[in-house]
Amino acid sequence: MVEALHSHLPALLWWVPLLPLIAGGVIAFLPNRWGRFASKLALAALGVSCLISLGALACSLAPVGGKPLVASAVPWFTFGDSSVRVGLLLDPMSAGMGAMVTFVALWIFLFSVGYMDKEVRFGRFFGFLSLFCGAMLMVVYANSLLLLFLAWELVGLASYLLIGFYFEKPAAAAAAQKAFITTRVGDMAFFLGMIWLYRQTGTLLFFDEGRGLLESGALASLAGATTAGGLTVSAAASLLLLAGAMGKSGQVPLHTWLPDAMEGPTPVSALIHAATMVAAGVFLVARTHPLFAQGGETGIALTACAWIGAITALYAALSAMAQSDIKRILAYSTVSQLGFMMVALGTGGVAAAMFHLIAHAFFKALLFLSAGSVIHGCHEEQDIRNMGGLRHAMPKTFLAYAIGMMALSGFPFVFSGFWSKEAILHSAGHWPGGKGPFLLAATAALLTAFYMTRQALLVFFGKPRVPGVSHPHESPTVMIVPLYVLAAGAILLSLIGTPFWPWFEQWLHGETASFHAGALGEEGAIGLLTLSLVLVLVGVGASSVVYRNVSRDSRAPDPLSEKLGPLWRFLERAMGFDALYETILIGPLSVLADAVDALERRVLVPLMGFGESCAKRCGRITDTTDEAGLNDGFDGLCAGLQRRAQSASDTQTGRPQAYLRSIGLGMSVLFVLYLWLRA
Amino acid sequence: MTPLALLLTLSSVVFVLGLFAVLVRRNAILILVGIELMLNAGNLNFIAFWRYGPPDPELTGPIFVLFAIAIAAAEAAVGLAIILMVFRHTRSTDLNKLDSLHG
Repeated sequence: MVEALHSHLPALLWWVPLLPLIAGGVIAFLPNRWGRFASKLALAALGVSCLISLGALACSLAPVGGKPLVASAVPWFTFGDSSVRVGLLLDPMSAGMGAMVTFVALWIFLFSVGYMDKEVRFGRFFGFLSLFCGAMLMVVYANSLLLLFLAWELVGLASYLLIGFYFEKPAAAAAAQKAFITTRVGDMAFFLGMIWLYRQTGTLLFFDEGRGLLESGALASLAGATTAGGLTVSAAASLLLLAGAMGKSGQVPLHTWLPDAMEGPTPVSALIHAATMVAAGVFLVARTHPLFAQGGETGIALTACAWIGAITALYAALSAMAQSDIKRILAYSTVSQLGFMMVALGTGGVAAAMFHLIAHAFFKALLFLSAGSVIHGCHEEQDIRNMGGLRHAMPKTFLAYAIGMMALSGFPFVFSGFWSKEAILHSAGHWPGGKGPFLLAATAALLTAFYMTRQALLVFFGKPRVPGVSHPHESPTVMIVPLYVLAAGAILLSLIGTPFWPWFEQWLHGETASFHAGALGEEGAIGLLTLSLVLVLVGVGASSVVYRNVSRDSRAPDPLSEKLGPLWRFLERAMGFDALYETILIGPLSVLADAVDALERRVLVPLMGFGESCAKRCGRITDTTDEAGLNDGFDGLCAGLQRRAQSASDTQTGRPQAYLRSIGLGMSVLFVLYLWLRA
Repeated sequence: MTPLALLLTLSSVVFVLGLFAVLVRRNAILILVGIELMLNAGNLNFIAFWRYGPPDPELTGPIFVLFAIAIAAAEAAVGLAIILMVFRHTRSTDLNKLDSLHG
């Protein structure tokens, strides 16, 4: 069956991104009252996509020696002698990622059916979701940097629409704009990098039978050329691409849009923050990793990647500690986990990064959907200080949440998060470029366990703190089932990424996986494993001790805030990045905008008024000449013609006998004339 | 007077009566009757000229008349149908009221 599929793959693969895109397009034309139909259409399209991408995954399971399974290229448009070609690419990386995206998104769609139940714009929501998924799948399967960029921008547009879904709320509208504009900064760099690469190599295809961007010929030419400051073109272009990835994946300092994006509906948060959009940046770096790696293991591009990732991981973990909105904590933890992935990419662990990406997609989607279930059950309450004791009221959600939380914190042995984080620390620990990223990432891992335990304690343990939230209810089945599917994924994924049987890593590299029982003995692996264990246990333990006696009164301050004082408030404001941007960017820009406004009001508007009055006067003069000269002459002529026409038409009485009489009279006259002339 | 002259006089009288009816009558049906009278005056002429004219073994005159009667019958049917529709539409057969084509 797999062989039969194999020959159709290049054609079938196009349908994976196209089906959701078409569904999104169709839904855009459906009226609001067809919302149920729209949701079914979106689900069906994504379901078929999911089947195809799972089939593609099955096809790519057999190792083919590092070459992509499908690398198509069709001419898109031609100018002069050169043509721009786009195509799709199927290799283990895109197959795994595509299968994950469709699978997780399918369950998020299903969850949305329950969560958005009472929404007026129900159908439109599914249209946006479909557009988003289709664009994201195009990013994943693209074989051309141009196609990837195109889909990348579509993803940005769809996320703008989804974050601003409740556009009546000013905060949501502002968050949507912020997300769009902030990622645009990165996209600009991405665009420049892309143009530079095209100029240097003349192609934007990744794989093209030896001539592609990621194949040896182009890579050598990129690494050989140098630009200002002795930087190679490959390094410079990599840095530009990295800036694009930083915008999308919320790395410091372009991360500020991501926590604000929580204004969107919760399934959107799950989709954007878990499976898809934020993963796009990491995926871009993983996809173009050969380019990054041209400068060697400690080249400037990879070093920048590792340090930015490490700083982001620690920064976001610190910020997450002090938040009180359930979704905001998860948002900062997403930023932090993306930092981990960047660390792995920067230190050469592409497989570790991809493994963490996929595992993270499962458990973070699970956490967001659980949080959605909690919010749904608590009547739209989002502040964890007002919750408490929910494990009795929502046992099913609690179980799902606990699995997600333990996977994220990296609880040992049975959760995928433990093994993926361990792989990242392993990769960072063996990096020849220094121990900095490793230490930052290890600290961030400890803090992750700490803040996740804090959140779980405040939400699910203790006693309800606010009477209004004291009647929570469990969510409907259509919302619970996706939770358990994702929870199963979060656990089962750990099977393929352990050091004993590193199937995922070897599959990604195109090798056959083998069981490797002696893995613990190598390169201090046992030490790292122990370190991961200790980090998690210390984080959880410390958090349990600090928050053991969580006060019953929600208005009592956080135990840590008393001890840390101003530092706590600094963390609560996420280290003041928003305020900083407000001062250095938005402030001057609004002054400029005011100046332009004043210029328009004081100078341009009076100027336009003067022009207008001139034009009016001109019009009055022509009006007068027109009336007196042209109109009266012409009208007089017309009136005369009309009078004559009227008198002619009076003879037409419309009575047949009158006509007959005329005919008779005429005949008589002719007859008389005839006789007279003949005589 | 010869029989031919008598017949021609008769047909002239009938024709003028028909013409008079067509020109003067207001009732559409009577106008149709007038037209029939004029047609039959013509037919009478055909027969008269055939009977008293030069010998004609091929019966041109009567055959002409038979055709004329057949066509007149068809024409009367069409005319009556039109008048019927007009009557249904206006509840009247007065031709003077049907002057909506006036200029």
